[in-house]
Amino acid sequence: MSLEFLIASAIGVLTAGGIYLALRARTFQVVLGLTLLSYAVNLFLFAVGRLMVDRPPLYAPGVTDHADPLPQALVLTAIVITFGMTALVVILSLRSFLESGSDQVDGIADPTRDEAE
Amino acid sequence: MTVLDHLVIAPVVIPAIVAPLALLAMRRRRRVGVALSLAGCVAMLAAALALFGIAQDDAIRAYPLGDWPAPFGIVLVLDRLSATMLVLAAVLALVVMIHAVITAADRRGWHFHPLFHFQLLGLNGAFLTGDLFNLFVFFEVLLIASYGLMLHGQGADRLKAGVAYVVVNIVGSALFLIALGLLYGLTGTLNMADLAVRVATLGAADQGLLRIAALLLVTVFALKAAVVPLHLWLPRTYAATAPVVAALFAIMTKVGVYAMIRVIPLIFGDGAGAAAWVPAPWLLPAAVLTAVIGFAGILAARAMREQAAFAIVGSTGTLLLAVACWTPTTTAAALTYLVHAVIAGAALFLVADVTQRRRGQYGDALVPTPRFAGQQAAGLLFLAATVGAVGLPPLSGFVAKLFILQSSFALPGWWVIWATVLGTTLIGVIGFAQSGSRLFWKSAPDSAPITGPVRPRAEFIAPATLIALLALLTIGAGWVTAQMQATAAQVYAPERTIAAVLGEAQK
Repeated sequence: MSLEFLIASAIGVLTAGGIYLALRARTFQVVLGLTLLSYAVNLFLFAVGRLMVDRPPLYAPGVTDHADPLPQALVLTAIVITFGMTALVVILSLRSFLESGSDQVDGIADPTRDEAE
Repeated sequence: MTVLDHLVIAPVVIPAIVAPLALLAMRRRRRVGVALSLAGCVAMLAAALALFGIAQDDAIRAYPLGDWPAPFGIVLVLDRLSATMLVLAAVLALVVMIHAVITAADRRGWHFHPLFHFQLLGLNGAFLTGDLFNLFVFFEVLLIASYGLMLHGQGADRLKAGVAYVVVNIVGSALFLIALGLLYGLTGTLNMADLAVRVATLGAADQGLLRIAALLLVTVFALKAAVVPLHLWLPRTYAATAPVVAALFAIMTKVGVYAMIRVIPLIFGDGAGAAAWVPAPWLLPAAVLTAVIGFAGILAARAMREQAAFAIVGSTGTLLLAVACWTPTTTAAALTYLVHAVIAGAALFLVADVTQRRRGQYGDALVPTPRFAGQQAAGLLFLAATVGAVGLPPLSGFVAKLFILQSSFALPGWWVIWATVLGTTLIGVIGFAQSGSRLFWKSAPDSAPITGPVRPRAEFIAPATLIALLALLTIGAGWVTAQMQATAAQVYAPERTIAAVLGEAQK
């Protein structure tokens, strides 16, 4: 199997899992879903600079073929931002759970489900 | 470069310096921190006005950050559009900040002033940047600050609405990044002017991906602007947050519309070859729905702040009606309405704030109460703010809506725009008349008397200032319209932006 297939299917699986979890009703699952989604996006951004193996990013003596350094910088920025966002949404859902007594995203408690689990 | 050339970066640098200084000063002496924060707002307004003056010569200025040449480094672009938005943001920020200090709303939480300035940093940056990835970063800056501001004062309701608000925006950011990735993969650049050049030269095989990227980008902007069907986060968020914060947020939805006006004519305009105006057919139906749902929400709302939130959705819809025609005259009308809608939306929230402070335990619910102190003044302000929000004479909403109607009359689908604007205005008038009579006209002498301290009259200053601004916009309507026509002419001349940013090399 080629590298392209591996990366593409990884992005696809992560996105599918991320969307499924982000649509769930409880904050913990939503947070996990958002994290998976951001992994997928980061991988995608990384792949945007074309997949290359063993190439220097800017300059190396005697090398004519270079990897694109810009997507790597973009991914770094995106990682930093999503990391901060994830931390924020975790704290926020915790506070919301502690104040409203429910971990549903809409903040409305669902007693039947809470007892069943 | 002279000092004056560096003024372009001032609207980004001033809040970046004021925010941490205010944070440090607040720890020891609250008054010093507040003074710093207010001084920061005044300085920002001065810088914005100076830039507005500079932009009057109709030249487009590019400011390369770190002096890196254009497609490689990030550029800030100062033209009439960005200067107008900067002035609007600075005026709104100053009035809202004064209101927060007068009503002591800034003392309900810890970091109101620093967060407020970081929010302005994000807004000003988004208005100035000429790079799409940089636009994403500034969007994130303003969003992160807005999460903090939205939760200012806290409480269970605010936290619940906050979770939904943050989750929606994180998904929006993911979509934004995917769109940026696609565009970069196709063209190898994220500089807006460079993109405009390269999009036109893409081969037939890449057109499908380009269309997807364009539509994704517009979806993200529509999410920020709360366009139906992506509007569901807005009423809940804006109704749950502190009214003074919601008043500042009145400009946030318009940032989404601004980004559309900035990006679509430049990158996906006439010069884009096969991908020209790809998002255009989707926007008009969405705009009609947004206007109808927003104004219907005014009729259905049960509380003042909820009503103001729906008024903001409705104003975005009306605004998009004009934007979605994509001609210079309709865009000029849209920009006139944009300036008006931001101020009118903020005025509604500030009036709701001063009213609910006087109604004690009744809060902002649309129910009759016994007479309360300051009812007449609050009622008059409510009347003026709602007249502004629905667009009746004598305030500027009337002029702006008239301009939208007049400019769209020559277009094939004019009757859709006319029917929507006139119909929604009528619904809005009925909705606000109903709530006004419940709030200020009827009284319920048998209900429990209102308890609470007497509020100072100074609280009326900020909402009255906003309404005075709306009146000024009407008096100066001729000048404003001429300004906006010149601005729209620049928006529809992408070759001028390209020449200004990329220089002579591209010619």
